[in-house]
Amino acid sequence: MEHGSFTDNSAATFSLTDEDHTIANAVRFTLNQDPRVTFCGYSIPHPSEARVNIRVQTTGDLAREVLKDACQNLMLMCRHVRCTFDKAVEDFKASNAVKAIKIDSQDSSGDDSEESE
Amino acid sequence: MAEGAGEEKKKFSIWDLPDVPVGQLPPHLELQRSRVSCNKDAPIHTESIQYSGAYASMGIDNSSRLDRFSNNFRVEVVRLNEDDMEFDMIGIDAAIANSFRRILIAELPTMAIEKVLIANNTSIIQDEVLAHRLGLVPIRVDPRLFDYLSENDQPNEKNTVVFKLHVQCKRGSPRITVKSDALKWLPNGSELVKETRNATSDSSSKPETYTYFGCSQETIPEFVKNPIIPKYPDIIIAKLGPGQEIELEAHAVKGIGKTHAKWSPVATAWYRMLPEVVLLEDIEDDLAEELKSKCPVNVFDIEDLGKGRRRATVARPRACTLCRECISGDDWEKRVALRRVKDHFIFTIESTGALPPEVLFTEAVKILEDKCERVITELS
Repeated sequence: MEHGSFTDNSAATFSLTDEDHTIANAVRFTLNQDPRVTFCGYSIPHPSEARVNIRVQTTGDLAREVLKDACQNLMLMCRHVRCTFDKAVEDFKASNAVKAIKIDSQDSSGDDSEESE
Repeated sequence: MAEGAGEEKKKFSIWDLPDVPVGQLPPHLELQRSRVSCNKDAPIHTESIQYSGAYASMGIDNSSRLDRFSNNFRVEVVRLNEDDMEFDMIGIDAAIANSFRRILIAELPTMAIEKVLIANNTSIIQDEVLAHRLGLVPIRVDPRLFDYLSENDQPNEKNTVVFKLHVQCKRGSPRITVKSDALKWLPNGSELVKETRNATSDSSSKPETYTYFGCSQETIPEFVKNPIIPKYPDIIIAKLGPGQEIELEAHAVKGIGKTHAKWSPVATAWYRMLPEVVLLEDIEDDLAEELKSKCPVNVFDIEDLGKGRRRATVARPRACTLCRECISGDDWEKRVALRRVKDHFIFTIESTGALPPEVLFTEAVKILEDKCERVITELS
């Protein structure tokens, strides 16, 4: 739900239902990074009601477009985080498997010397 | 350097000086932007400076564009077991790290016992207390294989898991402890028969039960390999004295932690910023010994310089718990600086067993993406 002025499209308040700090703070961060934004913030009118008001004021662009771009950026950031994380977990598991094989081969050969790392 | 005075006065710009870093912040501002300084009384510079035009007057662009984020972002896994993991996320902001933590705790779905149909309970544990305890038992099943059960739906094999608990302590035998391994999975659904009013209309051989399973859950290959059981078999549910009996059926459904904490898939998930301990001046000999003995987690170490002189070094800054012992006392604040790096987070996730922790984190990121998509579709 967008609450703005009919004449000035560059400033608006977006009221999202069923949302809380989880997405509002993340979207506010990505909004701040956008150079077109002069002011952005979010508030929760009442803690018992799951509603968030996100305020966006821009340097002339449509507030709605800027918010959409910020959400897109957040999605891309999440995707990148996911890829990087998956790769890091795979590398860790692979390196652990290699270490386990090394330890196994040392045990089976009856070697008493410690594996120094 | 301004050229000698003459008719033309050359415009003097500070950026022309050889030692001013161009395109970067001066070191004291960089410290303010990227580190939290933990002083003796309170931390300062805790807010993250996110506004893209924050340093516009210095000509520096504070906006972190996606390409810069992609280049600088790193994940390093420190520890990974079946039940918990610890990893570092470097290059991300606190807002997003907190979103992941909130989603891990409250918005990842799990299966937990919700409805308990009690046929007989002569133990001293009250019905509702028993039902509450059963709800908190973690169940080892992948919640992604199930759907949510809403009020209008009927409980069937796609949204319910049925357990049975029938324990009896015979007269004359000692007291028994009912542990969670007494919960038996019923892959064919409920066995308790519903009482139907008109006995004449129901001439079918199968009596109506509390669930409507179309097929047995054992046919799903995932459950053939890993039958559904509680994750920990030694959780005490109740204690029975001689002559007491518990007979009940428990139905587990899918839910999220926001509704009730029993549906939270993590024991807990937390993060902390990487501590940075900096020695502002050389600390030698007796002072070094004193510093080393002050720290309860052995962050500092002594290094020999030869000729009997020793110097203190920072050996394990990551272990710092910010107890501030090293800056208590006179003058120590001038020698040791405690800081935290604002974009380096040490995440720890402890799973209760339904899903391994690395899967939990990936699902949490997916949920944040879904939320963004929902906002975008609402806006368009």
